[in-house]
Amino acid sequence: MSTLWLIILFPILTGIVTLFTDSHKIRKILLIVCSVLHIVFTAFICLGSITPTTESWFCTDALSKIFLSLTSLLYFGASLYALTYLKPDEEGEHVSDFHDLSFLRNKNAVFMGCMQFFLSAMTLSVLSAHFGLQWIGVEATTLASTPLIYHHRNKKSLEAAWKYLIICSVGIALALMGVFFLAMAVPTQVEFFTPRGLSKFAGYLRTDWLQVAFIFILVGYGTKVGFAPMHTWLPDAHSEAPSPASALLSGALLNCALLAILRVYQVCAEVPAVQALALQLFILFGLVSMAISGIFIMHQADYKRMLAYSSVEHMGIMIFAFGLGKAATAAALFHAICHSLVKSSLFMLAGNILSAYQTKKVEKIHGLLRTMPITSVLWLAGFLAITGTPPFGTFMSEFSILKVAVESRNYLFGALYLLFLVLVFVGMLTIFSTMALGKKMPVNSEGQPIGYKDPELRKDGTVYEHPLQYITPIVFLAAALFLGCYIPEPVLQIINEASAILGGKAL
Amino acid sequence: MNNIATLLALTSLFLLGSSRLSLAINMVAFQGFLIGILPLVSGHGFTLEVLILAATGIIMKSIALPHMLRKALEKSGTKREVEPYISFGASILSGILLLFVSGWIVSRLTQDEGIVSSSLIAGFFLLFTGLFTIITRKKALTQALGFLVLENGVYTAGLSLGSEFSFMVELGILLDVFVGIFLMGIMLFHIDNEFDHIDTDRFDALSDLELPDLELLNGNVLNLDQELDEEEGAE
Repeated sequence: MSTLWLIILFPILTGIVTLFTDSHKIRKILLIVCSVLHIVFTAFICLGSITPTTESWFCTDALSKIFLSLTSLLYFGASLYALTYLKPDEEGEHVSDFHDLSFLRNKNAVFMGCMQFFLSAMTLSVLSAHFGLQWIGVEATTLASTPLIYHHRNKKSLEAAWKYLIICSVGIALALMGVFFLAMAVPTQVEFFTPRGLSKFAGYLRTDWLQVAFIFILVGYGTKVGFAPMHTWLPDAHSEAPSPASALLSGALLNCALLAILRVYQVCAEVPAVQALALQLFILFGLVSMAISGIFIMHQADYKRMLAYSSVEHMGIMIFAFGLGKAATAAALFHAICHSLVKSSLFMLAGNILSAYQTKKVEKIHGLLRTMPITSVLWLAGFLAITGTPPFGTFMSEFSILKVAVESRNYLFGALYLLFLVLVFVGMLTIFSTMALGKKMPVNSEGQPIGYKDPELRKDGTVYEHPLQYITPIVFLAAALFLGCYIPEPVLQIINEASAILGGKAL
Repeated sequence: MNNIATLLALTSLFLLGSSRLSLAINMVAFQGFLIGILPLVSGHGFTLEVLILAATGIIMKSIALPHMLRKALEKSGTKREVEPYISFGASILSGILLLFVSGWIVSRLTQDEGIVSSSLIAGFFLLFTGLFTIITRKKALTQALGFLVLENGVYTAGLSLGSEFSFMVELGILLDVFVGIFLMGIMLFHIDNEFDHIDTDRFDALSDLELPDLELLNGNVLNLDQELDEEEGAE
């Protein structure tokens, strides 16, 4: 048994312990211990100290390393944030989840336990090389994250969770069909049912079955990535989930599903006929996703939904870039890194705003700069980062993608890409500026706001912000800013290595 | 094998035409049993692993999950009809059409092999019926049933293509499907509590359209706004 199983199994163990624990404090400690251990394991894997013993199940190539470290880092940030975000239940702080043998008893315990199962499932899907095992991982991420979305236990979250579970499960079932077809494309002498194992026999693969398999897998996993028009579950799920979970869903989970598509593409890239089809479909899905999200971001009334649509947009940008190939492949991977950092910070900041104002409506929030100084400055910085304004890393990647589009004479695609980017920029600008600027909340004679329920204003008219609420966004946004100015040598090297695996060029 | 494939196709047609939810659940349970014995008759021999897979499949798909769905149905009270958007007659007709489509797809896919596998047709047919059920039925419970049928279809297709993964992977896939539908079952109970119904066509709290504007026409703006605020306050 490979040591790699350990990194997948221990979060399950700590998760189960969390479910059965009575004390909120111990659950918090377990959450943090689990994420720190995961980071340590990830570091060992990235340094090459832990490698799979056999090629048939796992692989730790550059692609896996990038997405694994992203997952691990984001999970750490999200669990730090969850410490302040989760308020102990009035009724059941000292009740374990299986008290009186009933499920879903203590929603904090369920949330924290499922966070850890979710981590385990994401790790499995990122590390697995065997296509069947990867499918199990991706489906397990859906199952583990459904309770996270249903955390608030009200009508809206139930609706969101049901849509998420049904739509993603159907999508992933189609992907399983694709995996079966992929097995049909493979000659019998293939030893390992993995991307590398199949690439060795690229000349012997049966093109027609490979094409069918690719389409099924792209549509199937594409549902999970949130490509339009299969994205319908995404805005609901991301806006209804508690913010630490939204940060993980948007920053880490979408990447895991994207990686599953890239793994199949890795095989297709070796067969020219299928590769041509794959690239066309990538560009099509990319542009459609960008267009649809651009339209829905315009005049969006709910700021968490706006962030969710922005995730659809960025996934579109990435798959569009993979479709262009060449240096855009490396740019897309770099974009994945920056997007994860920025989007997860934005969701956490949205969580701060939501817990102060108790509303997700853009129109009800004005003057953030005065009431929540730290959050709002970061919120504006996040806006600049997510729309690809220099000098953030997202600008670098989006610009490199445009450059490749122009260099390869795809002027039409380049123009559309630019148009949709501008559309999103304008849409977001109005929303972010409405929220950050303007007068502060109207207050009555006692200094408490009128017309809003909760915000506890202090004497200077600001809302108390806990350091754990903004430390992660500060670090992540700073990292995105840093990456835009200077890409450290090891990072650049691993991105180029991963790009080469997918048949792209160096950045 | 051919007989089972035929039976599978018949159960799905029956599912499309049945108006009683309890009958539909029984049909899916029977289908789960057929799927369970499929690996035994498909010529893989009677190794221990095949037996374990078959037993797990039968226990999960034809006993445990249907039992849970029946419980959910009992709890949901009076309304036991399927409530389709499309009438049962039209559903069956579409089912027959889907059967032809599956046959056509399979003959296209396997024209090089020169064999048309009946169980592959059944697999595709189940997949389409599952999708059709999810789309055209109002109740959340029927959607869960549709998903189970769809999964059965994928499983049958995989088996008839002979794409076998190792034992652990097969078991993992079964387990994932089981947990998925188990979760749906738990949520059915909750949907029933929250909404007093399990109709998905009344799932309209989440939308990009702004609800208050619509309600303005009905003249009860205040109520709705208060309701929304209360819900948001609860978060």
